Amino acid sequence: MLPGETAIVAAAALSDLLHEISRLGYTLVGPTVRDGAIVYREIHSAEDLPAGWTDVQQPGSYRLARRADSALFGFAVGPHSWKQFLHQPAVTLWHAQLADQGAVTFAAEPPERKRLALIGVRSCELYAIATQDKVLIGATYSDPHYAARRAGLFVVAVNCTVAGGTCFCVSMKTGPKVETGYDLALTELIDDARHELFIEAGSERGAEVLERVPRRPADGRAREAAEKAVRATAEMMGRQLETEGLRELLYANLENSRWDEVATRCLACANCTMVCPTCFCTTIEDHTDLGARRAERVQRWDSCFTTDFSHLNAGSVRSSIKSRYRQWLTHKLASWIDQFGTSGCVGCGRCITWCPVGIDLTEEAAAIRRTDLRSQTGREA
Amino acid sequence: METIERLLREHPFLQGLDDRQFALLAGCAKKARFAAGEYIFREGQEANASYLVRTGRVSLEVNVAGRGPVQLHTVEEGEVLGWSWLYPPYRWQFDARVVEPLWAIFLDGACLRSKCESDHDLGYELVKRLLRQVHQRLERARFQLLDIYRAGS
Amino acid sequence: METRASDPNGAASPAPTLPRATPVRRVIRESADTVTLELDNSVGRSFAPGQFNMLYLFGVGEVAVSISGGPVESQVLAHTVRAAGAVTRLLVNVKRGATIGVRGPYGSAWPIEGAARERLDLLVVAGGIGIAPLRPVIYHALRERHRFGRLIVLFGARRPDDLIYAREFNRWRAYPGVELRTIVDHGSSNWRGPVGIITDLLATTDFDHDDTLAMVCGPEVMMRFVRHALVGRGLPPERIYLSLERNMKCAIGHCGHCQLLPFFVCKDGPIFALPKVAPLLDMREL
Repeated sequence: MLPGETAIVAAAALSDLLHEISRLGYTLVGPTVRDGAIVYREIHSAEDLPAGWTDVQQPGSYRLARRADSALFGFAVGPHSWKQFLHQPAVTLWHAQLADQGAVTFAAEPPERKRLALIGVRSCELYAIATQDKVLIGATYSDPHYAARRAGLFVVAVNCTVAGGTCFCVSMKTGPKVETGYDLALTELIDDARHELFIEAGSERGAEVLERVPRRPADGRAREAAEKAVRATAEMMGRQLETEGLRELLYANLENSRWDEVATRCLACANCTMVCPTCFCTTIEDHTDLGARRAERVQRWDSCFTTDFSHLNAGSVRSSIKSRYRQWLTHKLASWIDQFGTSGCVGCGRCITWCPVGIDLTEEAAAIRRTDLRSQTGREA
Repeated sequence: METIERLLREHPFLQGLDDRQFALLAGCAKKARFAAGEYIFREGQEANASYLVRTGRVSLEVNVAGRGPVQLHTVEEGEVLGWSWLYPPYRWQFDARVVEPLWAIFLDGACLRSKCESDHDLGYELVKRLLRQVHQRLERARFQLLDIYRAGS
Repeated sequence: METRASDPNGAASPAPTLPRATPVRRVIRESADTVTLELDNSVGRSFAPGQFNMLYLFGVGEVAVSISGGPVESQVLAHTVRAAGAVTRLLVNVKRGATIGVRGPYGSAWPIEGAARERLDLLVVAGGIGIAPLRPVIYHALRERHRFGRLIVLFGARRPDDLIYAREFNRWRAYPGVELRTIVDHGSSNWRGPVGIITDLLATTDFDHDDTLAMVCGPEVMMRFVRHALVGRGLPPERIYLSLERNMKCAIGHCGHCQLLPFFVCKDGPIFALPKVAPLLDMREL
């Protein structure tokens, strides 16, 4: 088979396909049910997938529900994103050793050469990975740990056949159809008569894997059924975000009173930044052993919602919650474009679902659009 | 021989007055010179003059117990020293110590007050100029209060 | 820059945040709370005036410090450190012969090469420790005096003792076309200079607004007011440069801490032309 070729694989044969991938030396990571949510963890076969489960999502609300069928990918996205496997929550960067004469030596922690196969990557998530690539595999400096894990990736993407209540990938033009950046892309076709996967090879190694599992050629009808399912998902978006002129809108509204209003609800808990698949900020911690001979530097996820984040000797630059929420939203939807050429938002909706008070960035952006300072002539300064 | 009126005309503080006003002021003015280290006036003394600084530098100071004299501000070439003669109780609030040898024009306070009272146009012109200096002095004081260079500020 | 780690493939690049063990060759006390650390540079690492290094003190932590010395080809790199935060309070106590970690140089530079091409006058406006990243500019303009017009240095500090580098002032002033004026917030009895604020100096300094490049570094409040004073004196904003301060952690544009709306101050700055940042300076808590 060649990249671009398609086949139909019975859902029951998915374990064979996963087995073929792990035989190439990849550790499988995929969605599985745990503690009442669908999370990404190491899996061993299709048995571990959340068969028959779906998720019901609204601002500040997430719960699992039984589906009428036994679909394997019949849900949207959970609290996890793939960033935890690529841009890990904690990474040791280097060690320092203090010698008797006061000399210090430094040694870099070599990147872990782990080869991961991500099973069930949604289109928005592929965009999120590409977004973090631009940040961490930069023109001048690359994060060697991220780059190593990124280079060792096998991606099995999934076209969404349901949309979550907080999804808006259509607005962000990041889905629901998977377009690029995968080894294999699956579309799950399920009804009373069948449970099959329409699979498209996106790379040579993807094609090789596909060749080794029981399959039949995909005809035009199968392709049509797959495309119809994805088109239907696009009609089911739980949210929408008007992106036209959004960057300019936010830049012109840094003093909009809406920021004060949202600050009365925002708890600055940092959940949105933790669940966001593109948020990349980190801090560093320097640890010393008890003998004060050996020190190490650890890089950890950080959040722009903490007061320490913008700390200078004189204090925090962003001491109010208002300023921190504004920083997060304007970075995500506006200044990210200046920095990296794309929006920092992929429309996955996680920040809306996992906000404990249900703040919805699509609603916040819309509220600012309704009260655009540029259109309020005669308004007192 | 330099006439006092010509010196007045040369000083930036009085720029824009008319001939009649310069003539009026000349009646209150005389040349003044002080050596470095001399005190022009001391805190609490009767305030009887303004000094238009031509060259040199005067330091306005206050003596703080335990710290000694603290320099609050210096008055430089082109600026004016002293306006306490304007309002009762006509007392100097600070010490004025000469740091760099001073050439100035002494303007008698009582003389100025009576000229300003009888000629409100002149009074307005002088008060307008003094207010500008007060404004600048206030801005400086606010900045110094901010103490922006303090470590950790 | 040849000193920067660069690897387009990423995966093979060495750890970009790994410090180099660097001996402290000399410690110069500048004031009660400020020292200059001269760090070994026998490898001849180059830098551009305005750039900074990350200095790591074993077991304590890391801090961004601008390079305050030169010349570029020197055997040591000077870093002037003021005890202000958790790391710098200990960094000012390191002794000659100690080893610290250094990585860099990072960030943008003062546009002095462009100024030399146009043979502009240089107006350096510094407040407090803000003189440190400007001293390489002064050194450069003294060493290559013929390539620049006048060099005007206006330097404000809290007290006379806080006018760091004072031992060098006479040497600077000895060069042709150099004017150095200092001012302090609070004088002491033996201080013979002016007492006031930096804009007082600016108000009484003559410069040719058609032919001058201004470089400003100091507390943010000071820079906001100096900028208005310079523009008010007719200096075009595109010839006013500022050095901004934000929380620098990684210094390579990855950690996000130093963002100022569209900018990463660590790599897009710390030196900015005024028009790029003018609207941001007036915005609170950005």
